[in-house]
Amino acid sequence: MISEIRDWALLVTVLALLATATLVGQWLTRQTTLGIDEQSVKSFNRRVQAWWASSVLMGVAFFFPTLTVFLFGLLSFWALREFITLTPTRMGDHRALFWVFFFFTPMQFVLVACENYPFYSILIPVYAFLFIAARVAVSGDVTRFLERVAKIQFGLLVCVYCLSFAPALMYLKCQGVAEEDTAAGARMLLFFVTIVLFSELLQFICGRLFGKHVIAESIDTMRTWEGVLAGGAATAVAGIMLYWATPFPHWWQAGAMSVLIALMASAGALTMAAIKRDRGEVGSDTLTENHGGVLRRIDALCFAAPVFYHVTNYFFGVGGP
Amino acid sequence: MITETLLTWTARFISGVSVRWVESQPDTCQRVYFANHTSHLDVVLVWSALPTEMRRLTRPIAAKDYWDSGPIRRHVASVFNAMLIDRKEIKVHQSPVDMMLKEIGTTHSLILFPEGGRSKGEGIGEFKSGLYYLSKKRPELELIPVYINNMNRILPRGEVLPVPLLSSLTFGPPIWLESGEPKMEFLSRAREAVVNLKDR
Repeated sequence: MISEIRDWALLVTVLALLATATLVGQWLTRQTTLGIDEQSVKSFNRRVQAWWASSVLMGVAFFFPTLTVFLFGLLSFWALREFITLTPTRMGDHRALFWVFFFFTPMQFVLVACENYPFYSILIPVYAFLFIAARVAVSGDVTRFLERVAKIQFGLLVCVYCLSFAPALMYLKCQGVAEEDTAAGARMLLFFVTIVLFSELLQFICGRLFGKHVIAESIDTMRTWEGVLAGGAATAVAGIMLYWATPFPHWWQAGAMSVLIALMASAGALTMAAIKRDRGEVGSDTLTENHGGVLRRIDALCFAAPVFYHVTNYFFGVGGP
Repeated sequence: MITETLLTWTARFISGVSVRWVESQPDTCQRVYFANHTSHLDVVLVWSALPTEMRRLTRPIAAKDYWDSGPIRRHVASVFNAMLIDRKEIKVHQSPVDMMLKEIGTTHSLILFPEGGRSKGEGIGEFKSGLYYLSKKRPELELIPVYINNMNRILPRGEVLPVPLLSSLTFGPPIWLESGEPKMEFLSRAREAVVNLKDR
């Protein structure tokens, strides 16, 4: 009963936050005297739209966890599509790519839905990685061999393996969580995604307010050390406020986890920006313009999910210290 | 009808295609769409990228030796209302161009791939002369260049299994054969029209 109230409270909180963000976005659109450039407002509004979409995805998790895994699978598939489209591959990679798309990607999410941790935690790093290298070698094309193999492996790692740990959170068993509390996993996922999205927003705002030292000018002119650190601290506050939704025994643990999520999220965004910069805007514009750029939306999630999952499992999981 | 829907959606899913019209609008007037050719899906893609109304009036040109072998291919070709042209036996008094013109009458449009076959790499091959003779006999036909991007990676020549990357289709502004324009000049101009769409 208590947990049920908690579930509704969390859903209502998220809805209220989203509604506020939407209203702020609309308000900013109409303000012309504040001196905020239009581009930032537009990108903010696009973000809010993405939040609505992902919140619906999370809401589904409370009722049909398997469906959420499936939807994450689709997201992965699409992100990988964008990633490989942006990456130059050669004819010799074709067969390896076929198996990556139609076997390893679906298989990873099927295993997550079956809660087969021992298998899905190694399917890609062990079997898929070795298979890709071997399959490309069999095709007999040695031009830039290592580079091509590494690109496919990295795409699979980030878009599929890393992202799959987000829905896997729904099945993570923590200490002190009652057996009959079936929504504990869904709450965990909602907490995680909300914190990732908030960390992005807070780092963006802090970056605009205090940003002085740009981390890597050639990659992202907006991402500053001040933004990342102040944003991380602000995210900790948001995490502490959502402490009641987490399985963590103490409030400061929820805060520390939020900082970890925030740091990983900005690392992910920075890494993906670097890849995109390297490929240049040229390759991406006509091919991915009409597809909304799934890859850009999930970059933060991809880096934060596996780390959050494993740290939580190590400290708070059943069988942990 | 079912085959059409099924094939169209499968092709769209596999190719993740986005369609763009650059300085060009869909229209039901008589046209010849000419595109670079890299995969078997090209015919389906260009055809299904057209709005339904125009699609009903448009016939793709396909190679008889490939599409007439086996019941499945024959059925697929009939679904797309394809005009099968023999690449191997071209007779003097039954030239493919005359056949095409007879078939389209004054209402239908054509989709053709002037390279004559699927090109191997990323480059676009030299155009065969069919496009020239076609517009010499019917100079008022609008010739619309179409650039198919990335399909050579999705279903390359010699592969049966596709890799579902993203592709794009670009329809460009029409060109016409100018009076007295030499064959080679026209063909390279037409080829340039397709190549130029790459960066648009």
